Amino acid sequence: MSSPLDLADAQPGPAFTVTLDGREVPALPGQTVAAALWAAGITSWRTTRGAGRPRGIFCGIGVCFDCLVTVNGRPNQRACLVPLNPGDAIRTQEGTGHDD
Amino acid sequence: MTTERPHLAVIGAGPAGLAATVAAASHGVRVTLVDAAPEAGGQFYRQPAAELRARRPEALHHQWRTWERLRDGLRTHVRAGLVRHLTDHHVWCVERRPGVGAHPGFTVHTLLGPEQQDPAEVRADAVLLATGGYEKVLPFPGWTLPGVVTAGGAQAMLKGTLTVSGRTAVVAGTGPLLLPVASGLAAAGVEVAALVESAAPKSFVRRTRALAVEPGKVAEGARYAAGLLRHRVRLLSGHTVIEAHGAERLEAVTVAALDPDGRVRPGTGRRIACDTLAVGHGMLPHTDLAETLGCRLDGPNVHADEEQRTDVPGVWAAGESTGIGGAALALAEGHIAGHSAAARLHGTEPDPNAWAAAGRTRTRLRAFFAALDDVYAPPAHWTEQITDDTVVCRCEEVTGGEIRAAVADLGAGDLRTVKLLTRAGMGWCQGRMCAPAVAGLTGCGSTASRRPFARPVPLGVLARAGEDDTV
Repeated sequence: MSSPLDLADAQPGPAFTVTLDGREVPALPGQTVAAALWAAGITSWRTTRGAGRPRGIFCGIGVCFDCLVTVNGRPNQRACLVPLNPGDAIRTQEGTGHDD
Repeated sequence: MTTERPHLAVIGAGPAGLAATVAAASHGVRVTLVDAAPEAGGQFYRQPAAELRARRPEALHHQWRTWERLRDGLRTHVRAGLVRHLTDHHVWCVERRPGVGAHPGFTVHTLLGPEQQDPAEVRADAVLLATGGYEKVLPFPGWTLPGVVTAGGAQAMLKGTLTVSGRTAVVAGTGPLLLPVASGLAAAGVEVAALVESAAPKSFVRRTRALAVEPGKVAEGARYAAGLLRHRVRLLSGHTVIEAHGAERLEAVTVAALDPDGRVRPGTGRRIACDTLAVGHGMLPHTDLAETLGCRLDGPNVHADEEQRTDVPGVWAAGESTGIGGAALALAEGHIAGHSAAARLHGTEPDPNAWAAAGRTRTRLRAFFAALDDVYAPPAHWTEQITDDTVVCRCEEVTGGEIRAAVADLGAGDLRTVKLLTRAGMGWCQGRMCAPAVAGLTGCGSTASRRPFARPVPLGVLARAGEDDTV
């Protein structure tokens, strides 16, 4: 057994490209921000306001707000909930995600 | 669809909400099923995103036939126009509308997902809360490192997005969820280096008689265990994770043995390399909507009577929100709640014989989960694992030391005072993640949090909410 996609016999449409901090990342139709980043081996996309520590997925169901990320210029999006579209620009969110 | 039919809003499309929807619609009630997810199923039957076109989603699931029955039941009633299924609707408040017409009614306030900026309202004659639960995780050093996820989170990502966060995982904590999570990850190609359960095998033996009321459930557990053996997963019972290691992400965990009193045995620590730790210490019910409606709670659970009615007229509750007990119990409670709501909305007294079988299932499963609750318990002295520099409140980055200082030096004795002094519980998640730990460190009970809104609401939406009600 090799991957969850194989296990569920997933046959999604062709992959498309999104960016994380300008770097290209492949995504599959139906994937959330978190799913595409996990699939690319990336597990953190936010730094905390206080200590500047890295964070990513924790609860995976929209409750904990640890996976906040900036998508197409909008900060504080939950990566576990937001589905991706071709060309979406994901940015690592630092602190509050606002320029303060 | 006729407007004369009474209208029930069911909140949550997991097992309880689906069973309730099907039962109520079968008895001639118009139902609006309001759910945050893009597809029905809830957490237990979380479906892969449709665009992933999974041809074998059942490979990630158990009791798939029950799901098919629920899904088909929902489809039938949607086609017949009796049920409206609102997906991507995040409910932030349910409000009682007094004095509108002859009957009081309810307004369900939602935000449209995933952006959650634009509002939508649903009016109904009655409300059935099937809001489910979320996972409890008790802190330990390193638990905020990327790669450390809740056990349920690992499962949700696997079921919903068909992704995993690494190649080697440790599954740890306590509770019946750990077995399916470890099995799921192993089946999906992840090397599960260990399943670390803090309960000792002895505690199962002590509760054999109580657990025997559900031989099917015990067999289910045995099947999982056998599957894990097949994947060569190491089972470490009576052990706990005492630290997660890594600089920018998880690299390893240290696991140690527990003594019979629930203390870590000195010198038993061993390091296990892993890039994923899926950890959980049980489940907590989502009760925000019920609390805002003024429903009575029994401990952490929404109080419900034999018919699954809360003590607020017109409000029913079923599933995990009335007490954690898994999908089968949620189905039984949802079925009963749907029957009761339908009868009462038609102005008739419900006949309990109509749900006799579900009633027996409910009794049996509640007894079983009460016994499980005794078996699966975090180590008695888990707060000793929280060092002074361990971040406890993940949102506001409040450490164990700061909370201890608020208690010892400033005299805080409850969650609210600790929050005011330290900001623990004041962040984005509103204390959902840290409340059990803060309560443990404070030495107080986890009191109801009284969150007026179940999720963040844009101020503009809040200002306009209910404007129509003044007419």
